[in-house]
Amino acid sequence: MNLNATLIGELIAFTVFVLFCMKFVWPPLNGAIEARQKKIEDGLAASDKAEKELERVRLEAAEQLTEAKTQAADIIDQAKKRAALIVDEETTRGQQEREKIIAQGHSEVESERSRVTEDLRKQVATLAVVGAEKILEREINQAAHSDIVEKLVAEL
Amino acid sequence: MAAEEVTLSSHIQHHLTNAKMCSTDAGLAFNKACADSGFWTWHIDTLAWSIGLGLIFLWIFRSAATKSTTGVPGKFQCFIEMIVEFVGDNVRDTYHGSSKLIAPLALTIFVWVFLMNLMDLIPVDFLPAFAGLVGETAFGMDSHDVYMKIVPTTDINLTAALAIGVFLLMIGYSIKIKGIIGFIKELTLHPFSSNNKLVQVLLIPFNLLLETIALVAKPFSLALRLFGNLYAGELIFILIGAVGLMQLPLHFIWAVFHILVIVLQAFVFMMLTIVYLSMASSDNH
Repeated sequence: MNLNATLIGELIAFTVFVLFCMKFVWPPLNGAIEARQKKIEDGLAASDKAEKELERVRLEAAEQLTEAKTQAADIIDQAKKRAALIVDEETTRGQQEREKIIAQGHSEVESERSRVTEDLRKQVATLAVVGAEKILEREINQAAHSDIVEKLVAEL
Repeated sequence: MAAEEVTLSSHIQHHLTNAKMCSTDAGLAFNKACADSGFWTWHIDTLAWSIGLGLIFLWIFRSAATKSTTGVPGKFQCFIEMIVEFVGDNVRDTYHGSSKLIAPLALTIFVWVFLMNLMDLIPVDFLPAFAGLVGETAFGMDSHDVYMKIVPTTDINLTAALAIGVFLLMIGYSIKIKGIIGFIKELTLHPFSSNNKLVQVLLIPFNLLLETIALVAKPFSLALRLFGNLYAGELIFILIGAVGLMQLPLHFIWAVFHILVIVLQAFVFMMLTIVYLSMASSDNH
């Protein structure tokens, strides 16, 4: 045990080292650690919050999706109904049109037939008269006997 | 046989002697010339190595501090922060006051003492032999007159200086927290107390004696524990170094074991410092 002046030197060195450490080493290092801990803590809290928000939004989205699906089904239903209605209507209308056209055709054919019949009658009458004239020659007056011919024609 | 014993013991003696410096009438003197210089002798090897290692500690940690970022830390910063956090946790667990001094003090003690202890793992003959060579070639000295003890913690002056520093802080904290009256009361009214005033007064000398011993024992235990452990370790390294080739496995085993010792002693010194200062700062005795 030889205590000597080295003790004093070391005491001074020790004091200086501790003071330097206290002023320039510990605060920045510890500060950096604590700041990072705070940052990580905040980050974790934010991620927790975001996760909850995500869950909420996911539920909301699912809800909206279901709603949209229901709406779409409704719309499709309505459209189907409407389509059926239109098809029905059109079918009916077509039917009517067809019947109308057929009826018109019938009446046209009818009127044509009666007109042709009339023409034929007239031509037969004329032919009969001409034939009779040729047979009877002058004896028969066209004017005096036309009523007989008319009666003949009507009986055709 | 006798001659060899003398050689061995002088070899050991040489290893365990500090390089001394003192001022005499003829100017600065060294080593053996300082045998009579008494208190005003300086162990220049202890001073140089300890201050050098202290500066290395401060440089490493200061450079980590200036480069420190609150973002993703690099590996170097992680390593430094690990030490800082380790010390900080121990301080927070043990010292329940608020003090800007305790944590940096603990960090300084832990790392500085660890670095000084670490010098013990350098093979005992390397640096002293190198110093002897330098002394011989550069200064024309006899290499046996060149002393170089590279482990500062094997010098009682250093461990005592640390312990005295802690002791002064203990007294300072006691007075700061409890006041001078409170401190004196603590020294005189415990552990024996009585409701009877007269008995109490009679008990004061006993209390003072006991409490003073308890108080003074703390720096003594701090200084002597560190010194004793490292001095003994160093001595065993020197002895192992003197046994020829067998030293290789022995040295390895003792060095591995010593890795534990040097960390543990640095840790114990730091922890006890915190505990003592915590006791000094708390009112309940």
